[in-house]
Amino acid sequence: MGKRVGIEVSLAVAEAVKLCDVDVVSAYPITPQTHIVEELSHYVANGDLDAAFIPVESEHSAMSAAVGSSATGARTYTATSAQGLALMHEIMFIAPSMRLPIVMTIANRSLSGPISIWNDHSDIMAERDTGWIQIFCENGQESFDLTICAFRIAEDKRVLLPVGVNMDGFILTHMIEPIEFMDKAEVKAFLPDYKPQLTLNPKKPVSMGPVGVPEVYMEAKKQYEQALWDSKDVVKEVLAAWGKHTGRKYAMVECNGKKKAKTVFVTMGSLGETAMTAVDNLIAAKQDVGQVRLRLWRPFPKEEMKKALKDAAKVVVIDRALSPGGVCGPVATEIKSLFYGDKNAPKIYNIVAGLGGRDVSVKDFEEMYALAKGGKIKDDYVIWGVKSNA
Amino acid sequence: MSDRAFVAWQKLALGCAILEPGSSAKLKTGDWKSLAPKLDEEKCIKCGKCFTYCPEFCYSEDKNGFFRADLSYCKGCGICANECPTEAISMGKEEK
Ligand code: SF4
Ligand code: SF4
Repeated sequence: MGKRVGIEVSLAVAEAVKLCDVDVVSAYPITPQTHIVEELSHYVANGDLDAAFIPVESEHSAMSAAVGSSATGARTYTATSAQGLALMHEIMFIAPSMRLPIVMTIANRSLSGPISIWNDHSDIMAERDTGWIQIFCENGQESFDLTICAFRIAEDKRVLLPVGVNMDGFILTHMIEPIEFMDKAEVKAFLPDYKPQLTLNPKKPVSMGPVGVPEVYMEAKKQYEQALWDSKDVVKEVLAAWGKHTGRKYAMVECNGKKKAKTVFVTMGSLGETAMTAVDNLIAAKQDVGQVRLRLWRPFPKEEMKKALKDAAKVVVIDRALSPGGVCGPVATEIKSLFYGDKNAPKIYNIVAGLGGRDVSVKDFEEMYALAKGGKIKDDYVIWGVKSNA
Repeated sequence: MSDRAFVAWQKLALGCAILEPGSSAKLKTGDWKSLAPKLDEEKCIKCGKCFTYCPEFCYSEDKNGFFRADLSYCKGCGICANECPTEAISMGKEEK
């Protein structure tokens, strides 16, 4: 077992990337992702990591360089946030369509405007349909662990898709947490060498990313969407293997609190920990409450989520992103459609909370619970805590 | 539903890659031109400018040193005719 060290989570993520022995890091610094790539550039400069560090001129180039590097068969990593991710948008679609197993950390931050460097999930939600596997971490240890798992998932022959590892900006990236590290041999035993199926190699020429005329485009899309759905089994396998290897067990969908609870929170990301404390408090106060934490956002674990919520009478879905002009927040939209037409569907409430770095505390969750329990939430979604004169 | 696709998704190469080098030559791209270049051998000085400037790489040199356009890739842009220093190329209706 590795050493337990008190460390800033960003630095722990950089260490995880180093332990995965990446060949190429192409990145542009942006708050709150900066410490991760800064640390990686130190490793490369000091000779601690034998990799090419490409200091690109923008995030559009960061993702483009990652695509090119991954296409040669190199294990490739990048990281970004908010506006940086938005600038990658065009190339975000290219990576999965070319079946390139790039791993990227997204230090989740709200998109401007108004200008904000603080946390919410609006950045990744704007990239929802790009075809990436999308994982959400709840704490520092998870960020370290799932970064390593991400490479094994991405590079699996049955998958070959890029993986985005989401961690809440500042709330996780800049937190100092006790993290259990591993040594290189332990990571090597878990993460096999990347064996690319196709590479840019003059000895065996292939054209990657060609034009998809109307007679091919839909089949090409279907091919990588199927791979995305099929990746769910691989995610499950890899998480199980990680549990065996380290003793730290993760699932795509995790439940805690009362079994078969009447009222259940659904959270994604670091809010899960806050909700967990609230759920403990409420249970201590004899309330019938539980919690479901969603760790895999894409592909959406439909069966697992439905099973986790099947005994609930009321479900309170927390979204950390607003879908302006939409029916409700992105996570709630999925959960409502999961239960569409189901006679036993629970009542589903949606609370959009914590936008642009607004704190969401244990007390907030207790108040949400009281409102949901009393059936007092009437709107399709509530923007939690928004100050109003009305 | 009519079948509008070339190939089933399972049969596509990984990531829709093309595994056969040079296969794009099979795709005849010159079926939409309205005018085609015609060479007057009398005027041609065999300088090769048409070969250099054609954006579709239609021209190749024949055994007599003349540059001939493969019209199956010609889009009829007329660049060759414009660049020819002796006006040896004229644009006109394609002779079938
Ligand atoms: S008309 Fe244009 S495409 Fe055709 S041979 Fe001349 S330069 Fe090439
Ligand atoms: S540019 Fe004109 S003169 Fe020169 S090779 Fe072509 S046709 Fe002949």
